[in-house]
Amino acid sequence: MSRTALLVLADGRFPAGGHAHSGGMEAAVASGTVHDPASLEAFCRGRLHTAGLTAAGLAAAAATGHDPLALDDAADARTPAPALRHVARRLGRQLLRAARATWPCADLDHLAHHRPGGMHQPVVLGVVARAAGLPPPEAAHAAAFDSVSGPATAAVRLLSLDPFDATAVLARLAGECDAVAATAAEAAERVASDGVAALPAVSAPLLDITAEQHAALAVRLFAS
Amino acid sequence: MKAAAQARTAPPAPADQGGAPARRHTPETATPDAEIPAVATGLRATARLRATHNGRTTTVPLLHSDGPFHLRRLRPQGERARVCVLGAMSAPLGGDELELDITAEAQARLEVTTAAATIALRGATPDPATYDVRLTVGEDASLNWLPQPLISTHGSSLHQTYRVDLARTSHVLLREEQLLGRTAEPPGHLSTRLTVTRAGRTILDQQTVYGPRGPAWDGPAVLGGHRATGQLLLVTPGSKARPAPVLLGDRLHGYCVLAPLAEATALLATAVAPTLAGLRRLLSTALTHAVGTKQSV
Amino acid sequence: MHLDHPVTLPQRHTYSADPHRPDGSPRALRIGFGGPVGSGKTATVAALCRALRDRLSLAVVTNDIYTQEDAAFLRREAVLPPERISAVETGACPHTAIRDDISANLEAVEQLEQALGPVDMVLIESGGDNLTATFSRGLADAQVFVIDVASGDDIPRKGGPGITTADLLLVNKTDLAPYVGADLEAMRADTRRQRKDLPFVFTSLTSDDGIRPVAEWVTERLAAWRAGATR
Repeated sequence: MSRTALLVLADGRFPAGGHAHSGGMEAAVASGTVHDPASLEAFCRGRLHTAGLTAAGLAAAAATGHDPLALDDAADARTPAPALRHVARRLGRQLLRAARATWPCADLDHLAHHRPGGMHQPVVLGVVARAAGLPPPEAAHAAAFDSVSGPATAAVRLLSLDPFDATAVLARLAGECDAVAATAAEAAERVASDGVAALPAVSAPLLDITAEQHAALAVRLFAS
Repeated sequence: MKAAAQARTAPPAPADQGGAPARRHTPETATPDAEIPAVATGLRATARLRATHNGRTTTVPLLHSDGPFHLRRLRPQGERARVCVLGAMSAPLGGDELELDITAEAQARLEVTTAAATIALRGATPDPATYDVRLTVGEDASLNWLPQPLISTHGSSLHQTYRVDLARTSHVLLREEQLLGRTAEPPGHLSTRLTVTRAGRTILDQQTVYGPRGPAWDGPAVLGGHRATGQLLLVTPGSKARPAPVLLGDRLHGYCVLAPLAEATALLATAVAPTLAGLRRLLSTALTHAVGTKQSV
Repeated sequence: MHLDHPVTLPQRHTYSADPHRPDGSPRALRIGFGGPVGSGKTATVAALCRALRDRLSLAVVTNDIYTQEDAAFLRREAVLPPERISAVETGACPHTAIRDDISANLEAVEQLEQALGPVDMVLIESGGDNLTATFSRGLADAQVFVIDVASGDDIPRKGGPGITTADLLLVNKTDLAPYVGADLEAMRADTRRQRKDLPFVFTSLTSDDGIRPVAEWVTERLAAWRAGATR
């Protein structure tokens, strides 16, 4: 395994379209519930242990080599909000585009061929991690970190928050990120015996609700 | 269950009393259960209910009360048989393992309600309680599961699962409401997993974790300080249209979104509100929209 | 108002994007329009659509600061049918969306081509940004940088990647020069110095034929693109 491959994949500058998505942060800022580093941290912690854990499980299972199409269906079942399904597929498509140029391989071509409309981003992330030679726990790590790094970056832009504060939030969440990735990777190990039902399915009502509210806005900075 | 809280008069029998399991008996039934270990800390109970269609109407040939679940037939509403689950004792308490198994066989029309809110309490042990609800709906059958809310009290720990298995032509209406802590009280630990399959395919798989073991559960990503949360699921086969999401509520009264799942025959409303009354209003409005979209329940 | 240098079109193979669609057919030429806020990017795109839409199959992708504003303007002005206009969000960073992470824009371009059938040219309008914002060669085959006289006649002298390297520099709103005290001759001299051999246009889009030199330039780019793509 190349640890550098993980750094490349998890880098916020990896050109997979993530910069235009706030992970629910724009809606949270608009409603006033996130307004300072403390509320940013609470938001990120909540997202990490819900949507982040679920994404990390899917990514780890995909990185293990389980059927990505079945995992994509499992992701659909775990994503009741249509706006979030739409966003997940869009981000998945964009990640696949970048990854096919970065780590060309037949597995990635297979995804593009079978789901031209895009697959859920965490599933693509897992397959990409595999293509980059990363084991499942590292794929889970990338997904878990992705669930908090996007909102933190968006908060800096939306609230003119001190970027040092936002980065400190991410640093404080590092231990929990590791724990979430470990839980997700353990669950993914059970997929072979128990099926995709073994994967975490934790959701957060407000992320689902505000995603639909945000999608209905005419004026917004972020795509989600 | 509020009524049950008063009905439960005797504390659980001590485990060392004549080797009898520390088991809470319902007032009228006392089924011996060989599997209960000599020293049990909670109650095990499985109540079963099966509705069938006899060619003319829906009947309920199986009505098996157990533990805290006392099942009672109510007067049918048109073609729909109705059953109420009465709380026969306070449950779930820590360590309890409760199951409720409800089947509406082909063409049956059934509605199941509960008489009072279910209150998860701490109990004699710190062990978590489990409460598993299985809803099975046959071809052309229709099941409404409309219980009163679940209240998670301070110190309690409950793992709840809903397993809903639908045939391709099943109709289902499911409402689930949760209150996190009584007035001015933090909640206990409450995890709920809702899994819905249709013709063998999982169309919804969702878990929520609130309370001390749900990090930032009341933070801005999860409940945002709302104490009441709930969902309403409506599956209506044959409806191909994919309705646009409906947004309800406001900052003061809570929020609700009604939207189709990836499997477009299913509509799910998700709501958060400061109070149970506000939550019920949002979910009722969502139901009106959903039924308007899908002609029949 | 004239094309200061006759456009010679050495086919610059600096773009990384494949000139073909997945099915092997040649894809549309993509032209990026960048420049500071208020310089007239949307007006340029609108005028180009009006000038070329009868001869060419066109589509537009906008990169708004706030989603949909520019796209809504173009739709309202009916410069193209609404299905030919698409908007992407930029997460408060318009330059990122056209340079560092072009995936959303590439996707928008490809979806338009897929939905519309053969498209000759896609015009990609950047969100208003600063003088350093340029298009990635992976996104745009050629780029037009739009500045205006009214923002200060020292802008060409200041330079920056947009002014010095864009395939065409458009200095707009020359009609306002007398009102804002801009010295057009000094601007022209500065521009020539910054641009060296690259073409530039001084124009006013509010005049009847103000867009013509730009329309001619993009038409020639398209001819060269087709010659290159079918080689």
